[in-house]
Amino acid sequence: MTEPFEPVIIGFTCNWCSYRAADLAGTARVKYPPNVRLIRLMCSGRLDPTFVLKALASGADGVMITGCHPGECHYLEQNYKAMRRYQLLKRMLSQMGVEPGRVKLVWASAAEGVRLASEITKMVEEIRALGPLGWATAGAAAALPHKSAALEVPA
Amino acid sequence: MTEKIGVYVCHCGSNIAGIVDVEGVAKWAAERLAHRGVVIARDYKFMCSSLGQELIEKDIKELGLTRVVVAACSPHLHEQTFRTACARAGLNPYLCELVSIREQVSWVHTDKSAATAKAKAVLSGGVERVIRHAPLEPLRVPIHPATLVVGGGIAGIQAALEIADSGTPVYLVEREPSIGGHMAQFDKTFPTLDCSACILTPKMVSVGTHPNITLMTYAEVTNVDGFVGNFEVTIRQKPRYVKVDLCTGCGVCEEKCPKKVIDDVFEAGMGQRKIIYRPFAQAVPKYPVLDRENCTYFLKGTCKACEKFCPTEAIDFEQKAEDITIQVGNIILATGFDLFNVRRIPQYGFGRLPNVFSSLEFERLCNAAGPTNGTIVLRDGKTTPKTVGIIHCVGSRDDNFNAYCSSICCMQSLKFAHLVRERTGAEVYNFYIDMRAPGKGYEEFYHRLLEEGVHFVRGKVAEVSDFARLPGEEGHLIVQVEDTLIGKQRRIPLDMVILSAGLEPRHDAKQVAKVFGISCSADGWYIEKHPKLDPVATMTEGIYIAGVVQGPKDIPASVAQGAAAAARVMGRIQQKEIALEPVRASIDETRCSGCRICNALCPFNAILYHADKAVSEVNPALCQGCGTCVAACPAGAISGTVFSDEQVLSQLDGLLLRNLQPVEA
Repeated sequence: MTEPFEPVIIGFTCNWCSYRAADLAGTARVKYPPNVRLIRLMCSGRLDPTFVLKALASGADGVMITGCHPGECHYLEQNYKAMRRYQLLKRMLSQMGVEPGRVKLVWASAAEGVRLASEITKMVEEIRALGPLGWATAGAAAALPHKSAALEVPA
Repeated sequence: MTEKIGVYVCHCGSNIAGIVDVEGVAKWAAERLAHRGVVIARDYKFMCSSLGQELIEKDIKELGLTRVVVAACSPHLHEQTFRTACARAGLNPYLCELVSIREQVSWVHTDKSAATAKAKAVLSGGVERVIRHAPLEPLRVPIHPATLVVGGGIAGIQAALEIADSGTPVYLVEREPSIGGHMAQFDKTFPTLDCSACILTPKMVSVGTHPNITLMTYAEVTNVDGFVGNFEVTIRQKPRYVKVDLCTGCGVCEEKCPKKVIDDVFEAGMGQRKIIYRPFAQAVPKYPVLDRENCTYFLKGTCKACEKFCPTEAIDFEQKAEDITIQVGNIILATGFDLFNVRRIPQYGFGRLPNVFSSLEFERLCNAAGPTNGTIVLRDGKTTPKTVGIIHCVGSRDDNFNAYCSSICCMQSLKFAHLVRERTGAEVYNFYIDMRAPGKGYEEFYHRLLEEGVHFVRGKVAEVSDFARLPGEEGHLIVQVEDTLIGKQRRIPLDMVILSAGLEPRHDAKQVAKVFGISCSADGWYIEKHPKLDPVATMTEGIYIAGVVQGPKDIPASVAQGAAAAARVMGRIQQKEIALEPVRASIDETRCSGCRICNALCPFNAILYHADKAVSEVNPALCQGCGTCVAACPAGAISGTVFSDEQVLSQLDGLLLRNLQPVEA
């Protein structure tokens, strides 16, 4: 009898809005499923799309990207850059055969603890329905390309 | 070389221990993460207590720990606590990481085994991350002792006086010809019924004569460069067409000027002013201003009466605008508010029905120095009203306009009611939704009004019209309102209606905010650093806000905020330098190809491009550490401290438990 599939979702939060929203959900004792593990960044603009790819390649079944609402970014406009990257990332992922529902962008302000919790709950069920991604290579984590030393290019 | 990592799992009483098996998590870390460098893993009831902190300090000293991970509450609460504890024991504070297993785990999950498993994963993520932390020093920046205060209303005046009194120079920039702000327009202030000008003008005079204050009126800030401690501000001094070093303020020019226009600003359209004018008698500075747009000389080339009669030859029609650059260390924004435009509610008839007044218009009517010398009369200028209605919440608490409460209009409406009763004996009706009287003496003032026989009708007025339907309504304004306390519709005939308009941000508040690099909320008020605990600071170091610009409030609160902002600035000036969090990006020159993709991404203009070397460089004092450029660099030439790629990716590995040693069979 196999155990029910428990998805593992990595959530990227921004220090000023969405991480505080997650804190607020905690303070308000709002319950949500334990399948999401959060990484705190200073800003959603810090999110390198390779983080998302690495997360999926390392065993996560889904990724939730969160940040301040457009127009309310603590660093003025960096969440717009996150939005642009996300659009391109989604296209790339679908070309690689990853279902679009696995990577989701959710804006949450620091006051929206309850809403963030419900978004998390929703996403856990959506990923559960999609099933495990099964991308992680056995053994060592999928390596990123090695950064070679800077090359001198002749004029 | 493996680091020596100390792990501390907090019970937080039963907050964490009630759901998460904290002893189990600590034991697990000691066993399964030993190969990653964990040399000790403790669990304790309250890590943030002195005893808890001492546990960490003792271990650092005795075990030679090189990294510390605490699994407890949110970093927003105690990151500083544990960093300081590490610093006390001689470990660089940035080699400490706090991961949340309370707000993120024990408080939000009910399944104990799932919560414990997640706590282990979160802790593992923290351990992996902290291995890649680097020792950092906060950035130290010197603070220029001068301060800029923008806005010469009561909040700005208070801030300027407090800083100037402490001995350091202040520039006070105001865009109207005189300081005083809206408070100068009021007649009396609630609840004491102090004469507004009487309490304001002494402070205005202090500002005008203070040796440490450089007062620049009829001037606006056009550009701000630099960063905290070192701002370079450009101010445009508009031409008064009066030479201030020659002008004695005698007022002959104003007397002799043959042309008048409606004064839309100070008199709220209720009165007139000359073309060369002082906005009000007690204006500071005393120098008049010539309104170029309406001046006969500038329009047609004739008149020049002011120049003819000026005894000191102070009129200068050739005067030009001047751009002045100043250096300051800190900036306080106290630019105030605009009144909600009551024309936007056509049902209330403002502009269509002559005897409907806005609150500011009524203030001018009441003011002894106003267009009617303080006599309350209808628009015809002579009839005393026998019945007056005052409508609360015009444009506020209204989903169609502004959802927020403007805080002062209930008290202002009560003040109006009192003044009308006192000066005219008229019957007064206040139409309110709730009576908001929270300040000192406010509720007592409301009771006084009840005793004075003012009629209070609880209901939102549907319309004000002059269409008589019932006997007795002819020739009156009729207010149609549901009296919710008796459950009936009422039509009340009145001679005069006053609309207590709400407060709104200045019409150009967003543009001004952009000049200073701070943000506005959805309503347009400037955003404070923390709504509860830091109402006068902004997210931008060195820029403070005070008064109604931060949100609707009364005069005592504006004064308090002006003083609070001044105290923060004085604290900075006294320390002579400020330590900034070292969350910064930096560019490795050897990897930068000069593509400049990063340049355009920085909202703080912190990235400079060196054309000679064809590389970009981040200015660490301007950089706010958002990391967008770090993510964007195609060459990977930009690294960010505290949130570097290695740190985030290793935390990811830890969260997914990819760092565990396989368990021996």
